[in-house]
Amino acid sequence: MAITQQDVEKVARLARLTVTAVEQETFAKQLTQILAHVETLERYDTTGIEPTATVMGQTNVFRDDCVRPSLSSEQALANAPEQEADGFVVPKILEER
Amino acid sequence: MSLHKLTLVELQKQFKAGEVTATEIVRAYFLRISHVESKVKALVTHAKESAFLQAETLDQKLKEWRKTKPLTGMPLAVKDNICTNGVRTTCSSRMLQDFIPPYDATVVAKLRAQEYILLGKTNLDEFAMGSSTENSAFGPSRNPWDLHRVPGGSSGGSAAAVAAEECVAALGSDTGGSIRQPAAFCGVVGLKPTYGRVSRYGLVAFASSLDQIGPITKDVSDAAFLLQAIAGHDPMDSTSVDRSVPDYMKALQKRDLKSLKVGVPVEFFAEGLDPDVERAVRAAIEELKSLGAEIREIRLPRTDAAVAVYYVIATAEASSNLARFDGVKFGFRAKETKDLLDLYMNTRQEGFGPEVKRRIMLGTYVLSAGYYDAYYGKAQAVRTLVCQDFDEAFQEVDLIVTPATPTPAFKLGEKSEDPLQMYLSDIFTISVNLAGLPAIALPCGVSREGLPIGLQLIGRAFEEETLLRAAHAYEQATPWHLKRPTIR
Repeated sequence: MAITQQDVEKVARLARLTVTAVEQETFAKQLTQILAHVETLERYDTTGIEPTATVMGQTNVFRDDCVRPSLSSEQALANAPEQEADGFVVPKILEER
Repeated sequence: MSLHKLTLVELQKQFKAGEVTATEIVRAYFLRISHVESKVKALVTHAKESAFLQAETLDQKLKEWRKTKPLTGMPLAVKDNICTNGVRTTCSSRMLQDFIPPYDATVVAKLRAQEYILLGKTNLDEFAMGSSTENSAFGPSRNPWDLHRVPGGSSGGSAAAVAAEECVAALGSDTGGSIRQPAAFCGVVGLKPTYGRVSRYGLVAFASSLDQIGPITKDVSDAAFLLQAIAGHDPMDSTSVDRSVPDYMKALQKRDLKSLKVGVPVEFFAEGLDPDVERAVRAAIEELKSLGAEIREIRLPRTDAAVAVYYVIATAEASSNLARFDGVKFGFRAKETKDLLDLYMNTRQEGFGPEVKRRIMLGTYVLSAGYYDAYYGKAQAVRTLVCQDFDEAFQEVDLIVTPATPTPAFKLGEKSEDPLQMYLSDIFTISVNLAGLPAIALPCGVSREGLPIGLQLIGRAFEEETLLRAAHAYEQATPWHLKRPTIR
């Protein structure tokens, strides 16, 4: 299936990426090519075949819910691009009325 | 003999015997780095100051009480997608250019507990996405055998650093061949352990159901030695498996391969295989036979599905894993932003390189409404078939032998404009990750152009001992692991 530049724009928005006009064109072409290769999987009959998500077959692994030593807020904030008063700074989220 | 020429096991013996100090080792390695690194470009970060400090502390301590651990004083390099407390960990991405982890990955904590010395962090394809290190935001590494060629990837920096003797051994990570392919291209040994054998805690996640950390070393004994140090269950990684760790060095003692059944999958010797690679691998199979192994032709009929399955599953998992890079909690943040959505989008646009974006796009697409079943669901089902191929083969044989790569190292720029061609170069290594099996790549010859050729051995889950034993027996019977590049 051919991926259009509109598809690229839509997927980029889902993935929180801005793509330039040039990228839209190259990605459309390259994704079409890669997906054409992926579509060769259709020749394998998978009726009744269980999908594999992980090979060792683990399901949920639980631990006791207890307090353990963890990073201090100073350590946790040390790599933040912007911080203030023990918190991460982000642009304003709510609009003023 | 110059210290940098020794293997890990040899250096460890000398150090343990008190014939050399940790400071002498570190000095020798940084001298070596100063000679070759400007050509090879294997390192993203040099940890010179902390390495000398660690060495002096160790030497002082040993003067008072001579008690060493297996890795005491051993100079290693670590792939730059594995977190090192206090030492920058970039994933070769602009996104993490200034990221200093506040904790150690479990494998690094294990090395630290054994008093290793970190020489530096090695280059990779951004977020381990690539087969050549050309996708690094800091520029490509070079193949020490031919500086115009790629060292492979994504652990290209680690493989090049070991081949160029800038460290005695290194850690890499392998999602679709990222340890084995660069090891093959650089003429060194690379081991991808069974999924769950080594903790992934602190490895920056690319594709969580496929990623595994492993050693890149000068020979098979070193691989066994380093695997011993990092293997084992970790409560911090719920996919690591609670199973006792065998004595891998002991597995090397048996030198003949009598009663070992080795399978040769016909699908791996199809068109597209370089004639030099085929010749070297066929000769290696003969060598295994003369060591006592019984060689059998086998089939892995779903081999040609592996690349397609991989690029759906790996990109789907990556698109989810890389959602955390949002410019808020850590990493890069774009300057000009008007609102929160804008902050996310511009940060990710400017912080990620083209291949990472391409894979996030592909992964997002195959998971999006309307396409999930056709792509992601289908790929997961075919993954089951790929696993079944191996299950059936391992009813018949104990080991599978294949070429590690279809060709020797390619030239810089040769495939960088064509993502699909680049993906297809991983065809021999990818199915192993889909099935979670252990595999080792080791040198088995040299091409007419003087480039190393890699052999791959694949084992049953958790049978690293069988892999190491066979690889070691082969290595001892052949000269390939002794060859070192002349860097020019």
